Amino acid sequence: MAAVSQLQRQFIEYTSSLYNEGYLDDQFTQLQKLQDESNPDFVVEVVSLFFEDSEKLLNNLATALQQKIVDYKQVDSHVHQFKGSSSSIGAQRVTNVCVHFRNCCEEKNLDGCLRCLQQVKHEYILVRNKLEALFRLEQQILQAGGSIPMME
Amino acid sequence: MSIEYFEEEDVPHVLAVDDNLIDRKLVEKLLKTSSCRVTTAENAMRAMEYLGLKENQQQNHLNGNGRKVNMIITDYCMPGMTGYELLQKIKESAVLKDVPVVIMSSENIPNRINECLEKGAERFILKPVKLADVKKLRRQLTKC
Repeated sequence: MAAVSQLQRQFIEYTSSLYNEGYLDDQFTQLQKLQDESNPDFVVEVVSLFFEDSEKLLNNLATALQQKIVDYKQVDSHVHQFKGSSSSIGAQRVTNVCVHFRNCCEEKNLDGCLRCLQQVKHEYILVRNKLEALFRLEQQILQAGGSIPMME
Repeated sequence: MSIEYFEEEDVPHVLAVDDNLIDRKLVEKLLKTSSCRVTTAENAMRAMEYLGLKENQQQNHLNGNGRKVNMIITDYCMPGMTGYELLQKIKESAVLKDVPVVIMSSENIPNRINECLEKGAERFILKPVKLADVKKLRRQLTKC
């Protein structure tokens, strides 16, 4: 079926680009390895949790940085969470910004923190969009009767 | 030579403690994929309650559900009580001190690692946790 193989090719190319451009790292592959017949939606479930959690964290960060007297420990604690969860799903670029963000917290650098917040939000939105596109491609392949290619 | 398959009751029961929701779900799945029964706790206090370690709780190795815990895997950085403090409490317990405790952390700090190992942690795993890490742990559990 031409449609399925074309979709599968698209999927492979898209996935490769996500790894090549550093949006995803090997940890995402680890998640995919855990998906099986007994838990066919594992990756989508975990990633959805990540999306929900991230949006809360971004709101909390914005609030914390808007305070008259900023509690950098609190800000750092949120960033630590964000760094952890992004690292666990393989959202490499988000994790990298978090590392920088923590340094700004340690230095109590408000401008640095505000810049990092913008950056981390930006990277988060990018990876979210890309993962949603990836999941849509997967659905299209499955609906066309094909199977998702395994990426090595 | 020991037989490696397990009867229903012989599947290792692991208590996984982590305040991060995503990490909790990931560790749970990693353990289940490695044929373990898993109970999760979102912080050290809940873990202590489950293990029967809170003050005024009767100390026995059968917790409220009557299921023995074969291993505890805990995050280091948690609000309130840390994984290290939880490790200490477990090692101080006459009933639980021989249960292997594994510490996870996203930070590679040699002092922290040594501190945990010296306190009796079975192993220290760097996050993000991978299937290979859990499989290694699992092989160790078959020797229990």
